[in-house]
Amino acid sequence: MLDGLARRGFRCVGPQLRDGTIVYDDLTTIAQLPVGISDDQAPGTYVARKVGSPRCFAWANGPQALKPFLFAPQEPLWRAERRDGHIAFTLATTPGKPLACIGVRACDLAALALQDAHFLQLDDPYYAARRENLFIVAVDCTHPAPTCFCASTGDGPATQPGCEHGYDIALNELDAGYVARSGSTRGAELLAELELAAANASQIEQAQREVRRAAEQQTRALPGRNLRDALFANLDHARWQDVAQRCLSCGNCTLVCPTCFCHRQDEQPTLDGGASEHVRTWDSCFTEGHSHLHGHTVRPDTRLRYRQWLTHKLGSWHDQYGRSGCVGCGRCITWCPVGIDITEKATQICGSDHDE
Amino acid sequence: MMNNQLPFQAEVVERIQESASIFTLRLRLTDDEMRRHYRFAPGQFNMVYLYGVGEVAISIVSDPQNDDYLDHTIRALGRVTNGLSQLRAGDRLGLRGPFGRGWPLAETEGRDMLIVTGGLGCAPVVAVINYVVLRRERYGKLTIIQGVKHADELIWRERYRYWESLPNVQVLLAAEHGGTLWPFHTGLVTEVFDDAHLVPEKTTVMMCGPEGMMRAGCRALFARGIKPEAVYLSMERNMQCGVGLCGHCQIGGHFVCRNGPVFTYPQVSELIGVEGF
Repeated sequence: MLDGLARRGFRCVGPQLRDGTIVYDDLTTIAQLPVGISDDQAPGTYVARKVGSPRCFAWANGPQALKPFLFAPQEPLWRAERRDGHIAFTLATTPGKPLACIGVRACDLAALALQDAHFLQLDDPYYAARRENLFIVAVDCTHPAPTCFCASTGDGPATQPGCEHGYDIALNELDAGYVARSGSTRGAELLAELELAAANASQIEQAQREVRRAAEQQTRALPGRNLRDALFANLDHARWQDVAQRCLSCGNCTLVCPTCFCHRQDEQPTLDGGASEHVRTWDSCFTEGHSHLHGHTVRPDTRLRYRQWLTHKLGSWHDQYGRSGCVGCGRCITWCPVGIDITEKATQICGSDHDE
Repeated sequence: MMNNQLPFQAEVVERIQESASIFTLRLRLTDDEMRRHYRFAPGQFNMVYLYGVGEVAISIVSDPQNDDYLDHTIRALGRVTNGLSQLRAGDRLGLRGPFGRGWPLAETEGRDMLIVTGGLGCAPVVAVINYVVLRRERYGKLTIIQGVKHADELIWRERYRYWESLPNVQVLLAAEHGGTLWPFHTGLVTEVFDDAHLVPEKTTVMMCGPEGMMRAGCRALFARGIKPEAVYLSMERNMQCGVGLCGHCQIGGHFVCRNGPVFTYPQVSELIGVEGF
């Protein structure tokens, strides 16, 4: 499959163990996959460990999602050059080689659809250029972490085919091999080239059973799929202050979140002053600068910043894109240095004000 | 319409000092084609780019039918605006825009216009006042109410005097701290509403200023029979992209740069003046 993708001109990225976590990086051989590696996750904790399994995908998502491959953490938007007092502007070019991503989970596919809704609706040319030819090989999740809650948001653990946002190929990993299915014409073409043996009924049954079990294993859940009115009815809830006393306002949750889209724009002039690049960089609503207005800051303290994040993610996202901005990946829980749990906070703050 | 991500070069035609810290840059797009096609509505804004320093959102105050130049009234306050204040005629900068939704000026023809502003200058409503003044016969009574904290914050006194001299225009000024030489009302803007003798069913209100003032102003107007749908507010937030992508300007589900900056009162009533939004 990797050869087939490379022949089609794709740059392949896939999961591998790096710096103690499973991240996506350039993948040229399957030997790079994290075979026999799993992970222990809990609020504020992530440990990758060897489990001796023959599987390559026996883990729950690490910190990184698809997001950085499409919405770049930092990239130039345009460049200004000054000569003889005149300024000339040129658009920055976006990288040419299309990307194929191997091992994408259902939660990240759902997040991709949300990022698409934001960036493509507004014709962002930088995002659109990378998104256009993206090839996705999904792998159904069989090892949810204790921090995962995709079953409660309806985004996983099984991947759903879809014309725009779905996968090209989806795999179910078994101890001896994979059950593969295609979700697009080009996915079907690639699978046909591989001349695979048809999966038998017991292999398919085993694959489905493992995914069902992955849903049943999840212990965390949001208290409802639409918490918009419940959150905005509770803006003065005492729990906002409680969480602010623990929250470091570090912004980790927004950086690992696969749907957060905020970014700032800065200027990077060259040393000789002859040119200047206008660069966008991921930003976070937990920074002071995010809500800075001349003369005052709309959200000067942590209580207001955490409240902005949660009321946007689970509340006003519904107004913007017709659903919650949370896909249940649990990254914000694992990667919060003090282990703040979004499902717990939403449950406490919404109280009984939400629809079951 | 310009490409909304890439600035175009503009030239400073004139720089007008309005007060110690407020100035107007009269700009002209250097590309003929671009200048001919550029259209905006009062209340919309441009991202004004100072070479090597950055961009700032500034509302356009010149008349939309003036094809020669675009006026931007700016208060020198931060890195970009202080730098912009150093520019002189002939200097070049960048413009992206226009962005957002402006004031409802076509559908309000024939109605009385009540303009309420607080704070310094308040450029977004100056664009409306200029527009209505130039088309006086198309609108009913024009009432301009301006409130400031201190009397010495009032700029454009001569302009208010001129507006007041026009037919069917009333100007009411209020300062919380008036001082001995302040000839107008000392107190809050809401206290002069009764002097405006509003006819609620034929009045459209356009408001701009601190949110506390706007919220109090709306309440006072509703108590006088103005309908919430007849009240338009220009909101201000941190703006960087101008197209609803970067996320800084959100108020609840609204992207102020794209869905606003002009909103009807019912659109923003849930969160206006609420701390943290």
